[in-house]
Amino acid sequence: MPAPTHLFPLIRSCEISRICSTACYCHHKHLCCFSSHFAHGHFRYAPQKRFAALYRPKENFNHFIHARDYASTPQRFYLTPPQVNSILKANEYSFKVPEFDGKNVSSVLGFDSNQLPANAPIEDRRSAATCLQTRGMLLGVFDGHAGCACAQAVSERLFYYIAVSLLPHETLLEIENAVESGRALLPILQWHKHPNDYFSKEASKLYFNSLRTYWQELIDLNSGETTDVKEALINAFKRLDNDISLEAQVGDPNSFLNYLVLRVAFSGATACVAHVDGVDLHVANTGDSRAMLGVQEEDGSWSAVNLSYDHNAQNEREVERVKTEHPKSEEKSLVKQDRLLGLLMPFRAFGDVKFKWSIELQKRVVESGPDQLNDNEYTKFIPPNYHTPPYLTAEPEVIHHKLRPQDKFLVLATDGLWETMHRQDVARIVGEYLTGVHHQQPIAVGGYKVTLGQMHGLLTERRARISSVFEDQNAATHLIRHAVGNNEFGTVDHERLSKMLSLPEELARMYRDDITIIVVQFNSHVIGACQNEEL
Amino acid sequence: MADYSNKLYQQLEQETGVQTGYMKTGSISLAQTQDRLISLKRIASSLNVMGIPCEIITPKQVAQLHPLINIHDLVGAMYVPEDALVSSANVSLALATAASRNGVQIHERTSVSHVLIQKGRVTGVETDRGKIQCQYFVNCAGQWAYELGHSGDEPVSIPLHACEHFYLLTHPLKEPLASSVPTIVDPDGRIYIRNWQGGILSGGFEKNPKPLFTEGRNQLEIQNLQEDWDHFEPLLSSLLRRMPDLEALQIMQLVNCPESFTPDMRCIMGESPTVRGYFVLAGMNSAGISYGGGAGKYLAEWMVNGYPSENVWPLDLKRFGTLQSSRTFLRHRVMEVMPLMCDLKVPRWDFQTGRQLRTSPLYDRLDAQGARWMEKHGFERVKYFVPPGKDLLDLDQSKTFYKPDWFDIVGSEVKCCKEAVCVIDMSSFTKFEISSTGDQALESLQYLFSNDLDVPVGHVVHTGMLNEKGGYENDCSIARLSKRSFFMISPTDQQVHCWAWLKNRLPNDSNLTMEDVTWKYTALNLIGPRAVDVLSELSYAPITPEHFPSLFCKEMSVGYANGIRVMSITHTGEPGFMLYIPIEYALHVYNEVMNMGQKYGIRNAGYYALRSLRIEKFFAFWGQDLDAFTTPMECGREFQVKLDKGMQFVGQEALLEQKQNGVYKRFTMFILEDHDTDMDLWPWWGEPIFRNGRYVGKTTSSAYSYTLERHVCLGFVHHFDEKTGEELVVTTDFINQGEYEIDIAGQRFQAKAKLYPFSSLFTQRRRKDEVELSGYQRE
Repeated sequence: MPAPTHLFPLIRSCEISRICSTACYCHHKHLCCFSSHFAHGHFRYAPQKRFAALYRPKENFNHFIHARDYASTPQRFYLTPPQVNSILKANEYSFKVPEFDGKNVSSVLGFDSNQLPANAPIEDRRSAATCLQTRGMLLGVFDGHAGCACAQAVSERLFYYIAVSLLPHETLLEIENAVESGRALLPILQWHKHPNDYFSKEASKLYFNSLRTYWQELIDLNSGETTDVKEALINAFKRLDNDISLEAQVGDPNSFLNYLVLRVAFSGATACVAHVDGVDLHVANTGDSRAMLGVQEEDGSWSAVNLSYDHNAQNEREVERVKTEHPKSEEKSLVKQDRLLGLLMPFRAFGDVKFKWSIELQKRVVESGPDQLNDNEYTKFIPPNYHTPPYLTAEPEVIHHKLRPQDKFLVLATDGLWETMHRQDVARIVGEYLTGVHHQQPIAVGGYKVTLGQMHGLLTERRARISSVFEDQNAATHLIRHAVGNNEFGTVDHERLSKMLSLPEELARMYRDDITIIVVQFNSHVIGACQNEEL
Repeated sequence: MADYSNKLYQQLEQETGVQTGYMKTGSISLAQTQDRLISLKRIASSLNVMGIPCEIITPKQVAQLHPLINIHDLVGAMYVPEDALVSSANVSLALATAASRNGVQIHERTSVSHVLIQKGRVTGVETDRGKIQCQYFVNCAGQWAYELGHSGDEPVSIPLHACEHFYLLTHPLKEPLASSVPTIVDPDGRIYIRNWQGGILSGGFEKNPKPLFTEGRNQLEIQNLQEDWDHFEPLLSSLLRRMPDLEALQIMQLVNCPESFTPDMRCIMGESPTVRGYFVLAGMNSAGISYGGGAGKYLAEWMVNGYPSENVWPLDLKRFGTLQSSRTFLRHRVMEVMPLMCDLKVPRWDFQTGRQLRTSPLYDRLDAQGARWMEKHGFERVKYFVPPGKDLLDLDQSKTFYKPDWFDIVGSEVKCCKEAVCVIDMSSFTKFEISSTGDQALESLQYLFSNDLDVPVGHVVHTGMLNEKGGYENDCSIARLSKRSFFMISPTDQQVHCWAWLKNRLPNDSNLTMEDVTWKYTALNLIGPRAVDVLSELSYAPITPEHFPSLFCKEMSVGYANGIRVMSITHTGEPGFMLYIPIEYALHVYNEVMNMGQKYGIRNAGYYALRSLRIEKFFAFWGQDLDAFTTPMECGREFQVKLDKGMQFVGQEALLEQKQNGVYKRFTMFILEDHDTDMDLWPWWGEPIFRNGRYVGKTTSSAYSYTLERHVCLGFVHHFDEKTGEELVVTTDFINQGEYEIDIAGQRFQAKAKLYPFSSLFTQRRRKDEVELSGYQRE
């Protein structure tokens, strides 16, 4: 174990090595990525045993904080609660489904979302939209790695692919005719975006053309059958990944766009997308973000139901799948140190053509690509033991769930949340937040002997518990507050929260990952009514 | 009222033999801040002149009076030794016993289902045990009063709303407090603490009250509600802060009982404006016991004599209309009112909830120009305009007993009124039109109003609407529009009262119609020497004093809009005009006036400027200075009374008698001499007036006069016999031959008394009886 004082020199040496661009060092998820675009927690390549052996961050976690407090930065400064709030609330967004005629006909009441960056810039993305030509609402979180380009592209494009896959034949024809004759297009999606959630203007034409080719093919394929949501989701995921790959191979005459499509293809992103239509909830997941349903039991307590499987080394089925897809000879090199080919944490992802293309194709594209790409060590680097690509797929696993009145909310979040919190705690915290304090048992004196002082102590304690709930207007913000600031007793510790949020940019990533959360609240009345109709 | 209650309860035990638990303990009100201490000092000086002993004491003295109090955070306190405790149940029982002895029947466990009304009069009550015939019905159903009011044949709206009220009972202390230990009121801690069977009873008025029964599903009988300790936590904290030794004291019970509150913190009493014989006494704002005795006395007088023996307008049911009856409004307002019970009451406080209900069509325009608003009878009125780039303090920080932050803003508005021209939106005033086919309108009005209304068409008359004793029921301006129709302008809060008064007294004649046209007109007040220029440019009509003398009314065109009623009055004594504009023209006329006025330096102004102007001109306002117990003779308005107009009018006899015998109080203007506007406490109203060191009356309103650069207070001077205290006739000499002082929170300031306004302040020379002395505002 290193003495805390050694920490900073070591980090500095890391920095220098990065600047000299010999390589990027990412030892472990918690301990990597010095704001390089091409280095992220999901990756670990050219590992330096020296560091990896020295640091097992889980154990060293407290040391880091202490080192910072006592050794490295003699002047400690704390953020005030308003400062903390302004950081936590900077990206929060809420959407309430409008009510019509005083009746809310949607099974979704609304959603709260928020993100807290650890990388600079943040590599997570989020999207939410209402399908206008079909029923239903789409919500998704996207965790980028090796840069944010892929996550950005997926967050902009995936919902269009899903919406198009869900459209009936006639609507597709109508849209195609409109484009053909230059008429105004039917709007497909209504986006619910935070002002910070941007769309790339430059690529929109390119993206649109790819999408149009997709629907043209769908029109030609017209199967005449009604669209199955599960199938539509799978098709959309695969098709988008395919388009990302193709666009990078074909390139674009515009040099900016050309570089963009390459960056998109060479970076990667996981996606966890929910489609809610009445009582039908579909969750399509690719990678290690997670969807979780909050269920209120009859006694008022909260429990969590997983609606996705993580695609990583902890999932045995997933390891098994990868192994069956490749020859037995590769069995040992396929998964090393819990990473795909010893490098990648998620076992499924968008982009990441380094794990999909053949070596020849990679070399050809990189060589013909722009200089920026060519100069980059990372893109040139070929994963070790790379014999039978592709090793990676974007195909999602889709789980269908029929909503019940006790299903109160859905949490979609990137792994930044799930690393720090157990799903059971997430269910409880969000559940208690959404129902307010109504479920806190009132105190009654009854016949007991209670003194004023005892009662006062009890009440102040209860108040402290409640006040953390009231501070936030957004369930996602509230969850982030807990994820970052929870102490060992499961309550938010302001001092800790302040420390975690005041970490300098280059250190933040060592203590936490980007966190992106969407909390969807369901309308139990509507769900109950739908259920009765179906019965 | 509380004083009478105190005396009543004191005797009650002797009279009835029923134990009332009456215990004279005294009370101490604590101040944690200097501002609170000022407010206590103000209360103390007004209690003292009422003959109620009361003193301001230091924290050390507090500790001597009460053994348990933590005095470290106190700056002072007010001690009232005569205050007493009673048990409410026992008092009720004693009163009931006394009443039964005098032949009153009491039906217990009987519920009223319906109040029978015929031809606008109460005729009986339907109960679950049968019908009871009656002439008078008193709705004193507390938290049920609202619902009961709506259960009659004709609804009577009684705006009150229940809130949960919490108080704590404890087991006895190890060493019980002496029963004479005073009751503690800690308004900054929002609590009160008193002895209760050897232990403590403590409750309070929390910041976040819980309104009850908004939907009207009231409980069937008084029942205590669920205890809510989390809600009581702030009050418990402040109790333990005040008396830390109580920590070890055992809890007996946290009582939660509903209390009803009214939209303005004052109780509701009086006769319904729509149903005769239907009386109300309710909404005691949890001061039922302390005011109950006095309120009962006034109501009894009201029922027997037709009027109570004191001015109770601030409590009159008719100060409210149906507009305050919305349950949403009441719910929101009581949530503001209940915490106010403990909040610092500073001058010029406005309610923040239940706002923007009635607005002028110009509201948005004025708001965009920096208007700050206050509310009267639901109507939004401008206080002043904050110039662009200037910021005022936050609401809470702006609370002060000293010079307010808007001082310079209002000063510049006043200056503009004096030197150029200002526009004030005065649409809130109550406006009635009374017309008839023949002479009925003139005849009836001549009977009901004291001034002579048989003036040429186009004249405006200021007149009082007096009661039999010659007191002002209303003070208004009436324009004669034609031979047979009159346009009457009265204060905003007269809408219900004046309507009921006239309805009850006008002959029931289908040829005589009265209409409330308040909502039909927007009123703009053009004040200032250049008003005449603006108006003449906009109308192309000669508006010189020869063509348009003071107190005239003409219909003319302003800009493109025709039929604008222009009156040469301003309610301030300054030159200018009131424009009564049909509302659809309001924006147009306003824009025209502002555009045209630009070259004359026109600007917007608010009511604070108006108030400063009218007070320095010695104009009395009904509701503030004038009430049902003040006659025109007592406020120097003889010229508005035509005793010889050739016919009888209401109050004539009383006025004749006063004219012969002299008056017992006199409205006087005081100019503060040694008052430092920047450093000293500002006067408000209700400050005691001392003449040669003896108490002679109280002020009724005050304002800073930017022209005199002095504070001006208006108030009534009485003449109490030095030995007997008997009231004597007040003569002009008596007023003029005294040295005066005004007591502001215990500090006395020299004042110069005047019975007539400074003539130099009038920029235009007018005939004496043309000088308008009228106004319509109460702050």
